[in-house]
Amino acid sequence: MAIAVALLLAPHLVYPLFLINILCFILFASALNLVLGYAGLLSLGHAAFFGGAAYVTAHAAKVWEMPFEVAVLLGTAFAGLLGLVFGLIGIRRYGIYFAMITLALAQMIYFLAVQMPFTGGEDGIQAVPRGTFLGIVDLNDIAAMYYVVLGATVAGILFLWRTLHSPFGHILAAIRENEPRAISLGLDVARYKLIAFVLSATLSGLAGSLKVIAFQLASLSNVSWHLSGEVVLMTLIGGMGTFVGPIIGSAFVVTLEHMLATSGLPISLVVGVIFMGCVMLFRRGVYGETRARLKAIVERDRA
Amino acid sequence: MPEIFGVPVVVLLGQILLGLINGSFYAVLSLGLAIIFGMLNIINFAHGALYMMGAFVTWLCLSQLGLNYWAALVVVPLVVGAFGIVIERLFLRHLYRIDHLYSLLFTFGLALALEGLFRYIFGAAGKPYPVPQELTGVFKLGFMILPIYRAWVIVAAVTVCVAVWLVIEKTKLGAWLRAATENPSLVTAFGINVPLMLTLTYGFCVGLAGFAGVLAAPIYQVSPGMGSNLIIIVFAVVVIGGLGSIGGAILTGLGLGVIEGLTKVFYPSASTIVVFLVMVLVLLLRPSGLFGKEN
Repeated sequence: MAIAVALLLAPHLVYPLFLINILCFILFASALNLVLGYAGLLSLGHAAFFGGAAYVTAHAAKVWEMPFEVAVLLGTAFAGLLGLVFGLIGIRRYGIYFAMITLALAQMIYFLAVQMPFTGGEDGIQAVPRGTFLGIVDLNDIAAMYYVVLGATVAGILFLWRTLHSPFGHILAAIRENEPRAISLGLDVARYKLIAFVLSATLSGLAGSLKVIAFQLASLSNVSWHLSGEVVLMTLIGGMGTFVGPIIGSAFVVTLEHMLATSGLPISLVVGVIFMGCVMLFRRGVYGETRARLKAIVERDRA
Repeated sequence: MPEIFGVPVVVLLGQILLGLINGSFYAVLSLGLAIIFGMLNIINFAHGALYMMGAFVTWLCLSQLGLNYWAALVVVPLVVGAFGIVIERLFLRHLYRIDHLYSLLFTFGLALALEGLFRYIFGAAGKPYPVPQELTGVFKLGFMILPIYRAWVIVAAVTVCVAVWLVIEKTKLGAWLRAATENPSLVTAFGINVPLMLTLTYGFCVGLAGFAGVLAAPIYQVSPGMGSNLIIIVFAVVVIGGLGSIGGAILTGLGLGVIEGLTKVFYPSASTIVVFLVMVLVLLLRPSGLFGKEN
């Protein structure tokens, strides 16, 4: 309840675009967590979905003059399709190979974005029109934009929650914990992983589409490998495979980057060092580690 | 003038040679990645950043210390290798026993940090590095003009690759290395210090990346982003070749360089993505890679 009130009041207290940025990354990191944390697939190419959707949405809204909803849907659908292609190519390879394949495929998308005429190369697609929501609400009102993004993010998160607590979610957990066993139970492991991957790509695309409309700019930084790395960091720092982890992680990293942007310190140096520290010191992430410690305390008290 | 598919042979040969130069870098880097993976079971994402570091140290040697190219060729691999040894001792060795993904993520963070650090200190712009005097000028081959420096890069890279391959496949040291890959505890029982061997292997392969950086300095602009652009292509090379074989890594690296060169002739706009397309094709037809064994 308190959270809901805080979320609704937030744009009047804090710079709304900053909040929108956080919301988009919460959705993005949570979507990545579906494959990284729950299916055990490390994707280093998720920027392709986020950025690819951003380009498609920007193009649809600006050049094709599509309404907001259609542009976002097109971008999201494109990301899902791209996810299907990536998944079909890579899903049968394990662990590090999967990571390298997704990274390489995403880099291919990056090079395509550099070269193809419609993406605007180094300039990107600028001045993307925001349009209206359902033809009524003018999204140039930044608070309205915030509420629309908030609604979409909450819907995406609820969808993920529902997915993870469905039989499908439990099958994913089974595959992550013991894949040979899942296979011997007769589960079509590759297909389940593929479905998870496509869902994750689709929601990442939704995040990218929303961000591009709110910020009115699609650029190469949205498809670069740095972004793929950053979103992995957000998930890792919060806690992979926990539902709350990516939400905390992305809020933290976006806020940090926001502060660093004005401090003159190099962002990627700081992000890189945090990454290293995270892997060395708390691999379960802030939330995962706290939860594990609390659990240990509770169990000790019980004993 | 003779032509193949409407392209003058001169142009074709020229691009193949250019492709071999890129391929030389792919080969040296993927060789290092393959050895590190074989021995330490980690994927060293920082390999590209260390190559970039090698190029920067080369540049610094000249601009700050007045050390010329030939001195850099010796000093830089040692500096970068020593840096690698520190990283291995302090961090990587604690990650061997857990999931590979963590060491990949760690080296990913290291790559980001190094790139950020160099960009912070030196700026994003490329730094020019002169071709050493002894290697300026060109060979006139009749069908094309080949800058001597470029020929030197190919020769040096291929020589180093073949030498490393010979050491690993044909010498006693190489036999220990291969044995330690198969069964570390048994090799330890024979009185060989396996942890030290792992440290030195990492240092050596990282030194190789530094060596590639020295070779690259006069050809490419020395810039913080040079490593990450390269390493992702090298990853595709590694996926294509499979991590199982060291000879395979070398051949795939050179081969893909040539394919890239040829693409520049026939369909220039696809030249940046052709390696990735080959990767997709190989994954569909032969998922474990051309020389790979499925783990």
